[in-house]
Order: sequence, then C-alpha cells, then structure tokens
Amino acid sequence: MNLMFYLVAGIAVISTLMVIVEFNPVHALLYLIVSLLSVALIFFLLGAPFAAALEVIVYAGAIMVLFVFVVMMLNLGPQTKGEERLRMSAHMWLGPFVLSAVLLAELIYILAAGGHPVGMREVGPKEVALVLFGPYLLGAELASLLLLSGLIGAYHLGRRGPENRERREETI
Amino acid sequence: MTTPVGHVLILAGVLFLLGFIGVLVRRSIIFMLLSIEVMLNAAGLAFVAAGSRWGQPDGQIMFVFIISMAAAEVSVGLALVLQMHHRFKTLDMDAARTMRG
Repeated sequence: MNLMFYLVAGIAVISTLMVIVEFNPVHALLYLIVSLLSVALIFFLLGAPFAAALEVIVYAGAIMVLFVFVVMMLNLGPQTKGEERLRMSAHMWLGPFVLSAVLLAELIYILAAGGHPVGMREVGPKEVALVLFGPYLLGAELASLLLLSGLIGAYHLGRRGPENRERREETI
Repeated sequence: MTTPVGHVLILAGVLFLLGFIGVLVRRSIIFMLLSIEVMLNAAGLAFVAAGSRWGQPDGQIMFVFIISMAAAEVSVGLALVLQMHHRFKTLDMDAARTMRG
C-alpha cells in the first residue's frame, strides 16, 4: 500500500507540474484532470471513499467541464479547424493517457486486492453525513448560501445582452 | 504498513506550492484560475489526510465545504473570464491592470 501511495503521489506531482508549464489551455486542462483523479485515488487510499467520489464527480466532472466549455467558447474563429485537428494528434493525449492508465491499473489492483485500505480506518459516507447534518448543519447552510451567491454573481457578470451593454456604457 | 500522514502532508504542500508558483508565473487568467484550483485541491488533501489520521469524518466535511467554495469561485471566475475576453479581446491579466473610475 505504501508503494501505491508513492506511485500516485508521483503522478499527481508530474501532472500538476505539466499544468503549470503547459502553454495550450486544453493540454493543461487534461493534465489537471489527471491530477484530480490521482488525488481522488489518494483519498481512496486514505480511507475516505466519499471524498474520492466527490473529487471525481464534482471537481473532475463538473468544475473541469466548466473550464473546458469556457476554453472552447473563447477559441472560436477561423483557426478552430486546424486546432481541432491538432487536438486529435497523439502527442497531445499521450501523456495524460499514460498517466491515467497507470491510475486505472492501480485502482483495479486495489479493488482486486480487497478494496480496503490497510491500517487506516475507513470513514464512510454515512458517518460523514451524520456529522455534516448534525454539528456542522450551520456550515452546510452557509455553503448553500455561498453557492446561491455564486450563481447570482455568475449570472450578473455573464449576461451580455445588447440593451444591457448600452445601459452599462451609459452608466460608465 | 500504512503511509505516514506526514508524507501525505508533504505531498499536499508540494501541490500547493506548484499552484502558488503557477499563480505567480502565468499571466493568462485561465491558467491563474487553474492554479487556484490546484491550491484549493491541495488544501482539501491536507484536510482529508488529517481527518483520516484520526479516523474522524471532520476532514471530509471540510473538504465538502472547500469543494462547494471552489464551485462558487469557479463560476464567478469564469464569468469574469468571459467579461474580460469581451472587453479586452485578450486573456492577458496585464491588460486589465489599469482602473478606470
């Protein structure tokens, strides 16, 4: 189990480093997704399967897809077709593919070996939920308020109608 | 034979440092947002490691809060990216350093 952890930690550090040094935003996003997946595997190794599932579903699933949407939205133009062909080339997806294949092999190995992390006590979703909606209920309410304010803020910043633009330029 | 929690914390520190370097070095606003995500993720990793060290669910609860905060931050940040691309036609942060009263 120790060796597994260091392997995943190496993958996390390598992919995060690639996020920083990469110039193409889509490449960086792919590497960031690999980094998030490896952190999710570390959560699983630490005996926190609920956090691992949240990491994959919310972080790698929802937040990164938002990033991909925005990057794709901003790239519109006549050069899109060439970039699309470039996106399909091997040197682009080979690195993230190899790293995530190692992650997948490791996950299969862990599940085949019994699925339970050795030594650490596993804290399942039930315990997390009991504490989250018990002593931390106020925190959960505040998190929902924060999400609501984020929604309103994104809506306010993101709208771009012609009448809004005129009105805004008047106020400026 | 379990992994010592100190090594997980070192990994969290390294990831946080990488994200911090990314925020300082990159000037594209997309990459700065990505680096902020890396830093938030590293903080969550430290919380989960500490919670798993003591076998308590509190660390995972803090991670849930961090993830909801990251979702709100990303939605507002990406709306800002769209606004910035609309106004300045670029994603360079240096284009937005001057204030206009």
